[in-house]
Amino acid sequence: MAVTTAQHLLTTSMQTPLNSWLVALSLTFLCFLSATASASPSFKDDMAQRTLACTACHGPQGRAAPDGYYPRLAGKPAGYLYNQLINFREGKRHYALMTQLIAPLTDAYLMEMAQHFSNLELAYPAPEKSNASAAALARGQQLILQGEPARGIPACVQCHGSVMTGVAPNVPGLLGLPRDYLNAQLGAWKTGKRRAHAPDCMKAVVALLSDDDINAASSYLVAQPLPANTKPASNAPPLAAGQAAVTCGSAAKP
Amino acid sequence: MSRLTKALAGLCGLLAVLVLAVWLLNIRGDSLLEWPLAATSTVERGAYLAQVGNCAGCHTARGAKAYAGGLAIGTPFGSVYASNLTPDTATGLGGWTRAEFWRAMHHGRSKDGRLLYPAFPYTSYTLITREDSDALFVYLKSLPAVRQANTAPTLRFPYDSQAALAVWRALFFRPGSYQADAAQSTDWNRGAYLTEGLGHCSACHAARNALGATEGLNLAGGLIPVQNWYAPSLVAPHEAGLQAWRIEDIKALFKTGVTAQASVNGPMAEVVLGSTQHWRDADLTAMAVYLKALPASTAARPPALASQTTERGSKLYEQHCAACHGDDGKGVPSAYPALAGNRAVVMPQTANLVQITLNGGYAPATAGNPRPFGMPPFVLVLNDSDTAAVLTHIRSSWGNQAGSVSAFDVGRIRDNSAK
Repeated sequence: MAVTTAQHLLTTSMQTPLNSWLVALSLTFLCFLSATASASPSFKDDMAQRTLACTACHGPQGRAAPDGYYPRLAGKPAGYLYNQLINFREGKRHYALMTQLIAPLTDAYLMEMAQHFSNLELAYPAPEKSNASAAALARGQQLILQGEPARGIPACVQCHGSVMTGVAPNVPGLLGLPRDYLNAQLGAWKTGKRRAHAPDCMKAVVALLSDDDINAASSYLVAQPLPANTKPASNAPPLAAGQAAVTCGSAAKP
Repeated sequence: MSRLTKALAGLCGLLAVLVLAVWLLNIRGDSLLEWPLAATSTVERGAYLAQVGNCAGCHTARGAKAYAGGLAIGTPFGSVYASNLTPDTATGLGGWTRAEFWRAMHHGRSKDGRLLYPAFPYTSYTLITREDSDALFVYLKSLPAVRQANTAPTLRFPYDSQAALAVWRALFFRPGSYQADAAQSTDWNRGAYLTEGLGHCSACHAARNALGATEGLNLAGGLIPVQNWYAPSLVAPHEAGLQAWRIEDIKALFKTGVTAQASVNGPMAEVVLGSTQHWRDADLTAMAVYLKALPASTAARPPALASQTTERGSKLYEQHCAACHGDDGKGVPSAYPALAGNRAVVMPQTANLVQITLNGGYAPATAGNPRPFGMPPFVLVLNDSDTAAVLTHIRSSWGNQAGSVSAFDVGRIRDNSAK
């Protein structure tokens, strides 16, 4: 599976159509080019080339790997992706392979990578079939759409957007991700293994959730189809009655 | 007196002489030398010298406050932790004097006289001038104070004892100073001072003996313990010797991290990112002149080994590598290095080749090359024998005759990679 995906990626990059001036050039010098074409790799000096080291693992839409799930990057808000890159580089998130890979890169270049992935438009997978109980799904729906204001738990949609596709520039969408990945991230927040810039709002929210709550929320989320417009909203929805505003930290932008 | 008593007394005497010799060797020339502060020992000069020595590279933990220490330096004997260099009185250099800092740099002893572990490369820094040491001190004193207690080393017995360290120092450390070679140019001498002193290149580029001492300043290459990257020889023309390079190309590699033919990866990417890209042009020229003039080692070129490429290796190369490195192994200049005839590919030491294949990596994003290309990690895609097969293919194709890489070679690096 893993091998097939990487192979697919590389094949795709080889088949990238040449841009128009190169086509014109190749028509003019057809005989010269045809002699060397088989030996030369297809190379286009762009961000897709520069991020092959990322897509090899993350794939176009996220990819399961032997040591966990590599989430999709396409279409996520740029500020969110940038914050995660900084968090990995600075040890707030932990995955040695990732940290090592981006260690020699600057803030400006990481931001450019974040923007590149944010601008990609790719279809999302169909929702997963949930085998959670009706009670769990109802609890999940409650947490996602209303939260539990009495206990200070905000509704997920308050920050992640009313249709849960995220809010530009810093808040990620919650749909189109596998349940194991969602559980792993919320669990990591609970144990302090995943952190964000201060104030770490997710840490505060997750601290109020039980393991059953986390499971209920993720079970509900994976069963939701994406809306027609999958792009992050440009503004958070207005604050519902009884909800308190949540403040979240972010890395300084280059 | 019986014969036994005599023998015992003799033995005790010999031991006492040895202990005295070790002690004297450790304190030789070691006085808290008072020295007037030179007008040239400024904060600005110190800030530059701190970059030249890449002090922050070790003395800053990941994502933490600059120069506050705490980074673990792994050694085969256990870990030592870089210390807090900020001017905090309780935990940093706040209470230190210029003279005490000089004694640490020059003699490898702490404020309280304790012997320092040579993971702090005072074996190189002993060559730097008092003016440079003072400038570094003045700069470090100008930093914002960070209260962060130092972490005690976690070394195994007997390496954790001062007595063992005293013996080590008696055997392997001599305080010194840089002696200019009048027969050489000003550039060469400046280059030698930077390379052998503050630049502490031999900390990685020289082999270490069983007790962890670098064997002279020969820069003949060495495996970096624990990290398992091989710092190639700077004297061997078939490794990373620069004798045949143009001065401009040597400078470009240190300034930007890439040339049309080569790029730096792994620990050297950190060095270019944190240090050499910031060097002044005159210092880069000096280092380039010195490195180019290093006498080429007479060690025989490794023998050509018969082609051992397999169908499997060839197929894997086509699947995973050819899209960037080309069917002909020629790569794309300044983006994807050529594999045909690449010294880093055909060196007898395969550690770096395995590292980069398993873990991937980017060249450093420098001011001169701000948007580097990267190599994807294959650690999750290729198992040990597949990795060995494709690397053997690369080392046996397009005229390369470097012999095979075994699954064992790959597994050893994979098992030691950080997870």
